[in-house]
Amino acid sequence: MKIRAQFAMVFNLDKCIGCHTCSVTCKNVWSNRKGIEYAWFNNVESKPGIGYPKQWENQEKWKGGWEKLNGKLELKAGGRVKKIVQIFANPNLPEIDDYYEPFTYDYARLQNAPLSEAAPTARPVSQITGERMEKINWGPNWEDDLAGEFAKRSQDPNFSNMEKEMYKQFENTFHLYLPRICNHCINPACVASCPSGAMYKREEDGIVLADQDRCRGWRMCISGCPYKKVFFNWESSKAEKCIGCYPRVESGLPTVCSESCVGRIRYNGIILYDADKLLDAASTDNEQDLYKAHLDLFVDPYDPKIIEQAKQDGVPAHWIEAAQKSPIYKMAVQWKIAFPLHPEFRTLPMIWYVPPLSPVQSQIDQKTLPTEADGVIPKASAMRLPVKYLANLLTAGKEEYIVSALNRLIAMRSYMRSINVEGQPDIRPLTAAGIDEVTAKEMYRYLAIANYEDRFVVPTSHEEIRLDDPYGFQGQNGFSFGNDSSPGVSNNSLFPERRKETVESRELPPFAGKRD
Amino acid sequence: MNLHKFLFAVYPYIALTTFVIGCWIRYDHEQYTWKTDSSLLLSKRYMLVASNFFHIGVLGIFGGHFAGLVMPHALWTGLGISDMQHQWIAILAGAALGILALIGGTILLLRRLFNPRVRAASRYMDIFILAWLMLTLLFGLSTLPVSIGHAHHENPVVMLLLSQWVQSILTLNPQPELLEQVDGVYRAHLVLGITVFLLFPFTRLVHILTAPLNYLVRAYQIVRTKRSV
Repeated sequence: MKIRAQFAMVFNLDKCIGCHTCSVTCKNVWSNRKGIEYAWFNNVESKPGIGYPKQWENQEKWKGGWEKLNGKLELKAGGRVKKIVQIFANPNLPEIDDYYEPFTYDYARLQNAPLSEAAPTARPVSQITGERMEKINWGPNWEDDLAGEFAKRSQDPNFSNMEKEMYKQFENTFHLYLPRICNHCINPACVASCPSGAMYKREEDGIVLADQDRCRGWRMCISGCPYKKVFFNWESSKAEKCIGCYPRVESGLPTVCSESCVGRIRYNGIILYDADKLLDAASTDNEQDLYKAHLDLFVDPYDPKIIEQAKQDGVPAHWIEAAQKSPIYKMAVQWKIAFPLHPEFRTLPMIWYVPPLSPVQSQIDQKTLPTEADGVIPKASAMRLPVKYLANLLTAGKEEYIVSALNRLIAMRSYMRSINVEGQPDIRPLTAAGIDEVTAKEMYRYLAIANYEDRFVVPTSHEEIRLDDPYGFQGQNGFSFGNDSSPGVSNNSLFPERRKETVESRELPPFAGKRD
Repeated sequence: MNLHKFLFAVYPYIALTTFVIGCWIRYDHEQYTWKTDSSLLLSKRYMLVASNFFHIGVLGIFGGHFAGLVMPHALWTGLGISDMQHQWIAILAGAALGILALIGGTILLLRRLFNPRVRAASRYMDIFILAWLMLTLLFGLSTLPVSIGHAHHENPVVMLLLSQWVQSILTLNPQPELLEQVDGVYRAHLVLGITVFLLFPFTRLVHILTAPLNYLVRAYQIVRTKRSV
């Protein structure tokens, strides 16, 4: 047994309102640089939809993640030799248009245009070529709130084994938001795909990073990641990805996407797992058993034997404490209401999701929804969001886990309603869902109230001792052009010069006049 | 000192020294700039043919030149390959790989010049070095008719002279006089080729020096620790 600590997150989809605050904060802090204007380390997708980049979940198309081949775990795009053969032109690499052509607007035009009848317009400008774009055809969130026709959106692979035509009708339409970041997988396919060995997982907290100096731009990680969360910076020719906000996490702060989340849907914490078992877990034969195998990797942070082993393996004492208080452990392991995204990709992802319930009030008023014994809370299987769809998203299609989780969420609501409305606790739904009153109250505290200190249990790693110029790192820590010890920009450099600025408006803004 | 002497007795050393020291400094100081500079993300069209043809062609040609010019002559005769056989192998393999590289490189150059996205992401040096390689390749291919003429007359002398000259350079005993009687097209190709070494450290070509062959034998997963090891 080898105990490792993993920084993990849970996203409570039941409360995500799709406001994109997470995406915008992340963009502003980490990826506002030339070459990755198109890259969103955090993005929020409207589901059903084909997502960003287009069809990322379709691994028959992109060949990301792992597969079981002759009883052995192998990269879906092929093993080492095939990777080297394909190195001159990676056939599985998405093209920029599969994401979208990054654009800005010619804002200065609004101020510089000569006097005219019509108001001047700021037309879109490509951030790659700097040329004016006639029409924007696609963006990182083109399908927001179910925009676009059903025929296109329903290419979503999560509709597999479903009669999707019935969801075309307005009355049956369903919708959920899916915020996505790098999953900081326990068995990362990007790391395994990297020919130069630049991608790595950190031993201390399991955050997956791309070494900017060692990366040579062979592009295999981009296609290797089944979630398409490693991006190619076309300016620097390096892989860039979500860094798990490690400079924040190291200081005991939650990630910036979590901190800024308006709906309080994001939970950060530590979870302990047995690293010796990870290959067996990822190699589980039946893909529907992968969730269970993944769950079995996690160890009980209260077990004295585990604590002893963890200490021997170098996990600090206050990290073990954090693992005990971890919201991730509670939601994933104790309550079993959180699930990994697409476990069938076999990367053992570490961002887990609480499946969403559905808005039901009007259906209840019309008495068209079968309810539980209390006559108020609907049955999980009768909700608007098809359980099969959620199962395809979160448990490789196995519905019973999703139903059980939804039932627990519903039972908790029903129980709390009985206390607050009826004044009389009704534990029948709890018993039916297999939880007790203490658990229900705790679930209520974590899911409904979601206090800051419950959501974020992040132990520090005392990086403040190492970092001498925090301001200099702002906006580029881990991504600075050049070597760590030099800015990498010099007018006298013999070597290709860096261009740091992103393409902005083509006209210079007017000079401000003299103040009176 | 006349120009011939400079080009074939001094210039190779300038180029090779720049090559070695330049790459060394760049690897040491500018790791971040050491990369493929791939533009595949911006445009994949024709790249499966163009990039594969170009890379296989160029690497093959380099290997061929190395085997023919640098490896000792005695090795081939020892293996029972006569000089004429050697020359025909060089002509045929050179022609095949050269045409492969020519097709791939032409597409790459056109793409780099006329695809607006690729052009926008290109630096001056990216275009220049590709054009330079193509020019070198064209001169290399135009030596073929001359070589075929030699081969028809069962005359391997030029091939042996070229090989002897390369070995004279590498053994620090430059003999530019060996090339005095050699056809001008060979000498032009040589100067262009030597210049590739001179330019090498300042271009994207350096990525070949870190070809990731280690990937074939390493474990899939990499875990790093912050502890000083």
